[in-house]
Amino acid sequence: MRTLRLLAFSWLLHFKMLSQSAFDGFLAILWPLFFATVAFFMFRHGHRSGALGPVALGAAVMGVWTATSVSASSALQRERRMGTLELLVASPTNLAFVLLPVTLATSTIGLYCIVATLIWARVLFGIHVPVEHPLPFALGILGIVVTIGSLGFLMAVAFVRSRRAWAIGALTEYPIWLVCGFLVPISLLPGWVRPISWALGPTWGMRAIHAGAFGGPAWADAGVCFALALCYVAAGALLLGRMVDGARRAATLSLT
Amino acid sequence: MKGLRVFFVGGYISYRALFGFLSPWVFVPTLVLTPIFQILLFAYIGRAAGARSDEFYVIGNAMQYASVPCLFAMTQTIADERFWQTLGPILISPAGRLPMFLGRALPVIANGLFVAAFSLFAGGLLLGVHLSGAEWLRLAPVLLVATFSCTGLGLINAALGLRIRETAVLSNVFVGILLVFCGANIAVDSLPAWMGHVGRALPLTHGIEAARDVARGASLHAVRGLVATEALIGILYGVVGFGLIRWFELQSRRLATLERV
Repeated sequence: MRTLRLLAFSWLLHFKMLSQSAFDGFLAILWPLFFATVAFFMFRHGHRSGALGPVALGAAVMGVWTATSVSASSALQRERRMGTLELLVASPTNLAFVLLPVTLATSTIGLYCIVATLIWARVLFGIHVPVEHPLPFALGILGIVVTIGSLGFLMAVAFVRSRRAWAIGALTEYPIWLVCGFLVPISLLPGWVRPISWALGPTWGMRAIHAGAFGGPAWADAGVCFALALCYVAAGALLLGRMVDGARRAATLSLT
Repeated sequence: MKGLRVFFVGGYISYRALFGFLSPWVFVPTLVLTPIFQILLFAYIGRAAGARSDEFYVIGNAMQYASVPCLFAMTQTIADERFWQTLGPILISPAGRLPMFLGRALPVIANGLFVAAFSLFAGGLLLGVHLSGAEWLRLAPVLLVATFSCTGLGLINAALGLRIRETAVLSNVFVGILLVFCGANIAVDSLPAWMGHVGRALPLTHGIEAARDVARGASLHAVRGLVATEALIGILYGVVGFGLIRWFELQSRRLATLERV
């Protein structure tokens, strides 16, 4: 119960903080809108203007990753810069439970992006996204937020030793958009990319959202999405213990 | 002679000291690899949409991505003086403002040129867009003028950075505006009329059009009008940017807000 309370309050606190940030809040919402606009024009002027609905949905989900990639990968570095990392490590709470709500809060900011992009598509481009099955659709949205937050957690842990973690996080933005099939069908990508797509939770989350919106079986995709999120959290928690032990042993925890 | 030293040596030192992307851990991910991924992203969106050829997106995005170093580097090398509390000592020095601030633009242009050329080369290699040696020779001055022009916008961005705290947000907004309006992924003629007008008033738009013409075999003479317009836009933005820097300097002295961060 205490752990749940910690996760909930920590998530809320960081969500509020990120919502006030010009970079993590405002820009995270605005940035995908530029890409969505370009994609809408490209599809409108191409031979597949009928695909605008799925494109709007994909563009909306892109924002969840944008909100997470840089903020989550540099989450520990941010604590280190503010001088709070040592306090968090020294506290009796498992550091994984402290870090996970931070990265989940970053992906929750992505909900703003989803709403903003769908309104943008509707108002400026007249693109209507139907939601045929609201429950699987909502589950898909929840799944994508959770799986992206969990992937962000894994990245935050993996890049903890890098002072420039944000740059590595930023590097992953376009590849994830591409490989997870947000705007481009995975079948269009080279064959060797597909196993990478399947190992990424957002791919399955996107499929579940798509099925919820346009019809089709969504439950299995949503299930895989949540299962992969659990794998990322487990891998991140294991890695985090080793990283923290290593940093303590080498006395490099607070080195910025 | 002193002015030239401030322009070349001072500009280079300031650039190295203040442009935070120069660490290989930032430079390689953000300015070498990310532009390649941007090219791949839009080339594949183009394929999915049944829109333009790969060549269209390789050239457009390679040149558009040059705006990242041009905007971020120009802003950091000027506006970050304020962040590091060194703006005051610099502004009370007797060095001329023109060589002091414009000298910082030179390495920025070189960086932008490298990013555009490397992205064009790597993106072309990955997507099978072949450019001959002669085409590269004709493209070089076009890329140079386009990065120069975008650095002019960078100067405006840098000036605004003397007043606005969130320079990273501001730079990203300019990069996003260029992505939509400058014809990197949608031909300017295909945009709604008002967007086309905005696009033609921005840096890179004419440069990208000229580069595409050159890649299709046009001579430099044939695209001289586009290149000249691009250069003119760059000069105009540069003059406005420098004017804004001077104006904000005077304003901040009057209001005692010079180093407020």
